[in-house]
Parts: sequence; structure tokens; C-alpha cells
Amino acid sequence: MFKRVLIVLLLLIVIGVAGVFVLGWHSAYDPVESVDATSFDVSTVARGKMLASAGYCATCHTASGGARNAGGLALKTGFGTIYSTNITPDVATGIGAWSEKAFARAMREGISRDGSELFPAFPFDHFTKLTDADVAAIYAYLMSQPAVNAPAKSNELPFPLNIRSLQAGWKLLYLDQGTYKAQTEKGEEWNRGAYLAEGLGHCGACHTPRNALGAEQSDHAYAGALIEGWQAPALTADNPASLPWTVDELTAYLRSGATALHGVAAGPMSDVVHQGLSALPDSDIHAIAVYFADQNGSVTSAANHSENVKSAMRSTQLDTQEQFDEGADLYRAACSSCHYNSAAPPSLLRPELAFNSALRSSDPTNLIQVILHGVGVAEGIPGTMMPPFDASLSDNQIEALAGYLRSHLTDQPPWSELSQQIAVVRKGEAGS
Amino acid sequence: MTTMQLNGRAVSVDAEPDTPLLWVIRDELGLTGTKFGCGIGMCGACTVHLNGRAIRSCITPLSAAEGSEITTIEGLDPAGQHPLQKAWIETQAPQCGYCQSGQIMQAATLLKDFPQPTDKDIDAVMNGSLCRCMAYRRIRAAIKLAAVEMSQGEQS
Repeated sequence: MFKRVLIVLLLLIVIGVAGVFVLGWHSAYDPVESVDATSFDVSTVARGKMLASAGYCATCHTASGGARNAGGLALKTGFGTIYSTNITPDVATGIGAWSEKAFARAMREGISRDGSELFPAFPFDHFTKLTDADVAAIYAYLMSQPAVNAPAKSNELPFPLNIRSLQAGWKLLYLDQGTYKAQTEKGEEWNRGAYLAEGLGHCGACHTPRNALGAEQSDHAYAGALIEGWQAPALTADNPASLPWTVDELTAYLRSGATALHGVAAGPMSDVVHQGLSALPDSDIHAIAVYFADQNGSVTSAANHSENVKSAMRSTQLDTQEQFDEGADLYRAACSSCHYNSAAPPSLLRPELAFNSALRSSDPTNLIQVILHGVGVAEGIPGTMMPPFDASLSDNQIEALAGYLRSHLTDQPPWSELSQQIAVVRKGEAGS
Repeated sequence: MTTMQLNGRAVSVDAEPDTPLLWVIRDELGLTGTKFGCGIGMCGACTVHLNGRAIRSCITPLSAAEGSEITTIEGLDPAGQHPLQKAWIETQAPQCGYCQSGQIMQAATLLKDFPQPTDKDIDAVMNGSLCRCMAYRRIRAAIKLAAVEMSQGEQS
């Protein structure tokens, strides 16, 4: 009896694995000889360039110091390191032999031209929502760029995760294939924002937590996640900001990289704003803001806005009178010359820490990142910078400073594992 | 090669991108008005302007200056007649003088942001600029004197 159960079980496993392989079998699309870049309409190429920018193609497909879109950037995932591929129109090493049909299948279904499965580090689960016209425009743009010969680096994934066919099972579970479907009860602008955020912009790739198999948890959309050493904050009503992210605040932040009431875009978000979204017209930025203002419910919470500004500013005006407060001393010596504000509303160029999400978040990672590594001159508010304090401040001093800011400027409880997290961020291990 | 505007003229520097800007200003470009104090961004002696904002050049990497406009004490006013410089002389603010270029550069940003600074504004913004001669009271008086001149200059 037991033996029979065992045999049935084994058979089921064999059938399951075979099924995944069958699902994972896709025909190769014939290579095309060469694509005539001049055959594309100039305006289509220009639109494709804009869309490629807003989809951050080059952010992942360009290695540090490498040629644009020639691949080779190491993407450290919880499963191993994956190297981005060459998406320049080089026939031998890029996508030069890819027909538009093959490109569209990769974008929508995560299947390479040769029929093999692509790993979902490539966010085809988002790009599947793109319209045919947008996919065609991105193809036209990529195929019009200079071809760069750059062979792909081998991924460093352990067995059996390196078996591409297994991705078919992942897709069966998590890929909701198909172009974006407008929600008719929402307005046209909301739907435009949703199309950009859920599809091309793949905001959820960072801001939505992932499950054990690396798929976004659709029932926790935009709940926030730790990624690339930074915390991508919740974009829902759980966002820690003291002031609501209204349509106006979101629009200003996504357009310029900073607002006086919410602070600056740092870390990976800085590139999102300055390298990616900067290509989109104001109307699209506003649409994305409308979509996220709806996600976080700020339409209703914005009522107390001015009162909240005043009360937060009152806390920043209170001076600590303690004689020996190391955190306060460090703040006065290293921070207040740039961050002090005298009254509401604070100055954009003097980022007011009382409003800063990094201070109010339950996770101190972003605050530690910025103290250690500063904000580059091209990040946040372009043309301004915050210097790195990694060589100036010890872990203990950062702990004292961060603890002081948290208790002095917010009503939140102290961070319980602050010193450990400082050590983790300094080692560059957060979120990896 | 890093290219920037230094006191209004284009300069190129061949140094590692993580070289402190202060070293480049003093050793490569020969402008020694900016001083080395603590080297960890805690005393203010090395303060210069990057795109018009006061920064501590000892902990600012050269890479941050790429394409930026750097102003040192030598370039604050071509004739050394910035209202702060005049007020500094008027009030005889310096004693040994070592911290003064940093103090003045920080005060210039202070007056840009707070044209009529209160004592509290001055203390909060100038806190990171240390003076071991304890000339703080005269520094504060000089800043207020410069603020008066600058506001009158705007009115006339």
C-alpha cells in the first residue's frame, strides 16, 4: 500500500516537472537578417526614446561605466546574481536579430527570441500591460541605437534555479498576461497614471513586497519593501510621511525630485525621477500623481495640511536643553547649518527633517544611507548636494544622531535595532 | 579630469574623483584662503560655496564639483568688498583669523536664506563654524551689520 502511494506520488512529481517543461517550451522566432533603422518613423523613434526612459531600460541594462543598454549590470537577487543583457541592436550579442514580434513576446510573456524563458528580474509582469503601439515604439527606438558588441555575462544562480524552463511554472502562478484594462469607474487621467505606474514605470517592482518565490504580492501592492540597500516606502495610506502625499506634492516631487514638505528623492528613486520620468510630459507626471494620491487616500487626509505643517515646525523649533546630548551636539555641528528652518513653510533648499519620511519610517535604512553616503549633486535637487559622513562619523555617533532626530522631531518610538542596522548599511548589505 | 567653474573661471583638475575638494582647491589650484580644520566636516573652516550653497569642502569629493560652480573666499567679491567682509573689518571680528574665511562663506549663505536673521537663526546656522578664539559675539554682530547693509542696498 505504502509503496503504491509512493509510486503515485513520484509519478505526480514527474508529470508536474514534465508539465512545466512542456509549458516552458516555446518556439524560437527566426533571426532577422538586419533591421533597417531608417525604416522607422522619426516620431515613433522619439516616442520610443521617451518610453524607454520612463521604463528605465538603461538603468538596469547599462553597467557602471559601460555603453548604454549594452548590459552587464549585476542584479543581486535573493536567489543569486543575474546580469542584465545587451539590448543594443548588435546581431551577435544584442537584439539585432530580433524581429518586432520576438521583442513583443519578450515584453509581454518573458520569452527570449530563441524560445527560452527570461527571468522575472526583467519586469515583463509589468511590461505585459503596454499597448502594441508603445511596444512597437520602444522597439523602433532600441533598434535605431548604435550596436555594441558586448557578450552577456553568465548568471550566478545555483541549481535548480538556473533552469530557465522552471520559469514557466512561476509565470503560471504569477504572470497576469495582457495589456492594461482601463477601470471604467475611474477617470481618464487616473487610468493614464495607472497604465504608466503599473506597466511601463513598474513602480511595484520596488515598492511592492515580494514573496518567497520573488513575485510581487498582489494583495500587498505598494506596501513598501527593502531593495538595493534602500527602503522603497509604502505608497499606500501606510506611508510614514507626516504630511499627506497629495496630487500637488506628488507631482512636484516626481517632476523636480524634491518638495519642501517631503524632502528629496535619494538612492534609486533619484534616478527614477531624473533619468527616467524626466522624459515624460507634465500631463503624464500629473496622471501618475493622481493615481498614487488615490492609492494613499490623501484626497481625504489633506484637510489638516496647514495645521500639520505648523505643528511639525513647532517640534523642530524646540531646542534641546540637555547639557550632554551627543546626538544634539552632532546635529548642531554637522547638520543644522544646512537643515535649520526658522518658520513654516520650510525652504526647499533647507530640507526640513521634521517632515522627512526617512525619520518617521519604522525602518531607519534610508536615514542611515543618506548620513553615510550623502546625496550626490545630480541627485535630489540637482545642483545641490549633501556630503557623505561615512568617514566622519562612527557607528556610535550615527546611532546617537539618528536616535536624537527620531525622538526630537517625530512622535514615533525609538528604532529598536538601530546599531545593528547601521552596521548592515555601512557594509552595503541592506536589502541584498 | 574634472571640470568646474572656480570663482568664475573654468578649471580642469586631474585628480581622483574621491579627492576632497579642499585638497584640490588648496594644493592643486593654489587658493589657500580656504582652511583645513578638522577634516571631518565638524568645524566649518573649509566652507566654500557649491552652486551658491555653503558646503564643507573637506568631506566633499571632487566628483561632486564636476560641472558645478565653486566659490571660495577669494571669489566672494572681486574687490574683497562683500558686505560681510566690510562688516568683519568694521567690527574687528577676527582674532587669529584661521576660521574666518569659513565663517564668512557660511554667513553668506545664512544671509541669502535669512536676510534679517535673528540671534536664533545665526546660532543655528553658524553652530557648525567653530572659532577657538571665541569671537562669536563679534561674528554675530558683524553678520547683523552686513544684513543691514545688504537690506539697504536692496532698497536704494
